[in-house]
Amino acid sequence: MFPMAARKVATAFLLLSCFLGGQAFAVLPDEVLKDPVLEARARVISQDLRCLVCQNQAIDDSGAPLARDLRIIVRERLTKGDSNEQVVQYLVARYGNYVLLKPPFQADTLLLWIGPGIFLLLAAGTAAFYFRPRNMKAEAPASALDETEQSQLAELVKDI
Amino acid sequence: MKRASSLIPVAVFAVLAGAMGLGLTHNPRELPSMLADRPTPVFSLPPLLPAMAGLQSQDLSKGDVVLLNVFASWCGGCRYEHPMLMRLAADKRWKLVGINWKDAPGKGAQWINDYGNPYKLLGDDSSGRTGIDLGVTGVPETFVIDRGGRVRYRHAGPLTPEVWAKDIEPVIAQIEERS
Repeated sequence: MFPMAARKVATAFLLLSCFLGGQAFAVLPDEVLKDPVLEARARVISQDLRCLVCQNQAIDDSGAPLARDLRIIVRERLTKGDSNEQVVQYLVARYGNYVLLKPPFQADTLLLWIGPGIFLLLAAGTAAFYFRPRNMKAEAPASALDETEQSQLAELVKDI
Repeated sequence: MKRASSLIPVAVFAVLAGAMGLGLTHNPRELPSMLADRPTPVFSLPPLLPAMAGLQSQDLSKGDVVLLNVFASWCGGCRYEHPMLMRLAADKRWKLVGINWKDAPGKGAQWINDYGNPYKLLGDDSSGRTGIDLGVTGVPETFVIDRGGRVRYRHAGPLTPEVWAKDIEPVIAQIEERS
């Protein structure tokens, strides 16, 4: 078996790799802007832009060549003084709302946004209907015993 | 009465499953073009081949029906559709023009030398910026442009006889009908 020290080192590496694993970025060193503020804005913007090649990845973590081009465009626009909103609009003008990972709230996406709420209400309504209390009459308290019943009861109890 | 209401969840499930099943039949690669019924953005691409003119956006609005094909030498689908493009090039009803997108220097010209040139005009978009302005998401892509220079259809993926008959031919027929 391995000596104890080697095992400890191996465990340390394993733990380290668990924490560093999520830190892999697709942004290449040559793309990074010198201005840290602009670079931070570029990162925020590109995390919400869809890579058109690998469609459920953001361009920020996609390795596709087109994603790289779009990341560079985002940084170019920022360097030219565009606001975050203008940068996003620049790409929406070319690729449509599809390029946004978070769809905007507007007429044709209304169902998308409020659909889950509607289904929740529908489900809650159905549940309320199915689990409503039934047979209310049967559960009404029985009336008190009358005199004959009282004497019959006394008769029965006496034998015990 | 009780029977009927107990079928409601089943009915709801059936409707939802049907709607979602229908959604699965859509092709996620088929995205609507932002250029639909609009002219292309202004661009000017240098020639790919020394003996041939490059491609400018104004070349697209000179009264012809234009097929604008975007291709690259690194793209398998482009190789697949190339014989189809060669056949389309022979037809006088449209003008087939090309953009060589995001290709390494010399590779696009090599491609044309190896496989033949179907294009009347051929621009070199090595940076890929014109393609991005056109909303190109990958190659091959083909745009159908009417006589006035407006984009009428965009097809992403290789052109096949099936795609041609189903999607492109009707668009061209419509353009010819109007003019």
